[in-house]
Amino acid sequence: MTTSFKGTKPSRRQFLSGAAAAGAGTFVAAQARAAGDPAITELQPWTQQLGDGVDVAPYGMPSEYESHVKRRTVEWLTADPISSINFTPLHELDGIITPNGLCFERHHGGAAHIDPAEHRLMINGLVETPLVFTMQDLMRFPRENHVYFLECAANSGMEWRGSQLNGCQFTHGMIHNVMYTGIPLRLLLQEAGVKTEGKWILPEGADAAAMTRSIPMEKALDDCLVAFKMNGEALRTEQGYPVRLVVPGWEGNMWVKWLRRIEVGDKPWHHREETSKYTDLLADGKARRFTWEMDAKSVITNPSPQAPLTHGKGPTVLTGMAWSGRGTIPRVDVTTDGGITWHQARISGPSLDKSMHRFYYEFDWDGGPLYLQSRAHDSTGYVQPTKDQLREFRGVNSIYHNNGIQTWYVNEEGIAENVEIS
Amino acid sequence: MSKSLKLYAGSALGAAIILTGAMNFADRNITQLPENAAVMGAAPESPDTMFIAAATASGAEAEGPFGLGREALPEEIAAWDIDIRPDGKGLPEGRGNVWDGEGVFVEQCAVCHGDFGEGVGRWPVLTGGFDTLTDQRPVKTTGSYWPYLSTVWDYVHRAMPFGNAQSLTDDEVYAITAYLLNMNGLVDGDFELSHENFSEVTLPNEDGFYMDDREELELPEFTRDPCMENCKESVEITMRAAVLDVTPDEAVQTMEESGEDHGTDMAAADDGAATEAEADTAEDAETPALDMALVDEGEKVFRKCKACHQVGDGASHRVGPQLNGVMGRELGAAEDFRYSSTMEEMGEEGIVWTEETMAEFLAKPRSYVKGTKMSFPGLRSDEEIAAVTEYLKSFSQ
Repeated sequence: MTTSFKGTKPSRRQFLSGAAAAGAGTFVAAQARAAGDPAITELQPWTQQLGDGVDVAPYGMPSEYESHVKRRTVEWLTADPISSINFTPLHELDGIITPNGLCFERHHGGAAHIDPAEHRLMINGLVETPLVFTMQDLMRFPRENHVYFLECAANSGMEWRGSQLNGCQFTHGMIHNVMYTGIPLRLLLQEAGVKTEGKWILPEGADAAAMTRSIPMEKALDDCLVAFKMNGEALRTEQGYPVRLVVPGWEGNMWVKWLRRIEVGDKPWHHREETSKYTDLLADGKARRFTWEMDAKSVITNPSPQAPLTHGKGPTVLTGMAWSGRGTIPRVDVTTDGGITWHQARISGPSLDKSMHRFYYEFDWDGGPLYLQSRAHDSTGYVQPTKDQLREFRGVNSIYHNNGIQTWYVNEEGIAENVEIS
Repeated sequence: MSKSLKLYAGSALGAAIILTGAMNFADRNITQLPENAAVMGAAPESPDTMFIAAATASGAEAEGPFGLGREALPEEIAAWDIDIRPDGKGLPEGRGNVWDGEGVFVEQCAVCHGDFGEGVGRWPVLTGGFDTLTDQRPVKTTGSYWPYLSTVWDYVHRAMPFGNAQSLTDDEVYAITAYLLNMNGLVDGDFELSHENFSEVTLPNEDGFYMDDREELELPEFTRDPCMENCKESVEITMRAAVLDVTPDEAVQTMEESGEDHGTDMAAADDGAATEAEADTAEDAETPALDMALVDEGEKVFRKCKACHQVGDGASHRVGPQLNGVMGRELGAAEDFRYSSTMEEMGEEGIVWTEETMAEFLAKPRSYVKGTKMSFPGLRSDEEIAAVTEYLKSFSQ
């Protein structure tokens, strides 16, 4: 265990039992006043001795003091760890870009390890000429770069019946936001020549789930990408190396990874992941299908249950993320009193279409209880609803598309908890 | 002469020089674009909007056709185009009845889904659940929720059994589908499903779905100016996550403390504790020295086995038995696993898993143990077999 304050990660139970290091900062400050801060007055080994040579880590990794910053899973959610999910540690990140190694994983048949030399992309069905591309072929098409969020339709799905998981990593961590480099899907379809009756596409993965989803041609020709790079480097294995589909603003399940085939057809296929799964069962026993767009949503990442307020009263930075599958986020409101009074947060960083946005709200914490919420407005005028507003329309059995307003209750010790409020 | 031209001056291919020169020029031209007021328009108000303008500028690339790729051959399309639609498009000729389906199901599916589709552990329940879709806990099965039979056929055919996808014959898929219909009370025990009668079968919940109507129903309601001040009188907590207390805790997620049976605990192994586990294994391996490089190699090969077999700390039976201690043990001897009768008999005859027997089995599982439940077709190379055997040995000492 390191003595560095940042590296000290008391467990959630410790926080909840009140044994948090809440006073640690104050303690260090007091000590410094008395005898001088040893971090300054004593010669540190890293100041005296030489550091690592250049090639110690040919592929660089985060500092050893950041080892707590990692994806985490919730074992009881799925039957096994292969067709499973883990979550992005949103509370440890800032800015708008998710580092590649922290992008949450969702596989249906495990993360396939594919030799790019053996990978092919086929386009068949209602096209003039069915085609096969090698990775080398794909690299010769014009490329574009775009930052998009990818959110699993089931993000926050465990919260329909009420507060369940204590941490924004678990309640909201099925999302990431990266810059993709890819080929407009339109160009590949044009290369094969879509016949006039071709109204849908069926992308298919090369993994052991052979994932398939039906996507309307209008979207395919609009902004979909066949991407091979994320944040400048090759896609990670778990994100579909060597090539994946990017379906901006639409639910993550449609972004088929390890993409090996695109079929053009005249009707949707109604495959497993668009009938049995990824359909939204409503209170009347009927289900919505083809709920592709991700509604506008936001969450405060700090403070949050995994990131309590440890500095005591005084100047405090509240921050979080907001996004919409229908456009940009021109405005985010936050409240510290459970929605009696709202304040406009400050958005900092690029405001890009169908990308995550970073917001901040700085305030003086008086040490009293806080009821924190954020509310996203998107460029279409849509305002993020409360969880109860959503339940009025959908009941509690939807699983998917829960974009309700999240509440964190922060007590006098700075400990935060996932709650719902009146 | 420019530096780039000097570089290419020695080239025998004049065309290449011209082409490269052109690309080089184009490249420079692109880097100059931001200075071009005509392209960028008026000076942007802030760096953020400049970013937007640059990022959303599209349609700049050539539209083709580029003449890239090659025509797909009919046999290639046939190999990959396996999808089935509700109208029967894509369905291959074939047939299978409930009786045969039960046999295949018990062999291939029951380990996860239960003999009657009731679901083992958290694996999907396939049967029943009728009239539960408005309940507190709806049971969504192929019978109660799935709209189309084609979805069942397509999914079983493309992704099942879990860990050995696309290994079932078309007739087996017809048979399993018929058995699922029978278990859901939708057909009699003497029913046979084929490409001929497929479209006659409808599932009860076919009309239980409709197109996304959020745009008409919800968006108007959620598109309005929200209250900013004095929005409510008071605030009470109505529900708290701490009551349920189901959040994974860092403190209890380490390998040391998950010593008790955590079942499928591969997540814990990912949690950085994997190195500890490996170290332990290396320490224990004092008896016949293991070739650690080969063990590492074998760990990679074992990925092919992982969907059905677990090995290491906390390993438990899945589709296949857990493999701790397998080397040196009789065939079919792991406790509480339902082996094929052949496998058990061979064990009773005293046949033991050695490098030789394992090699024979892994090369052609079904010919070494006739009737084995392991549907894996076998490993192609002797190197892979040697590596995975060495890997298994590391858990058998």
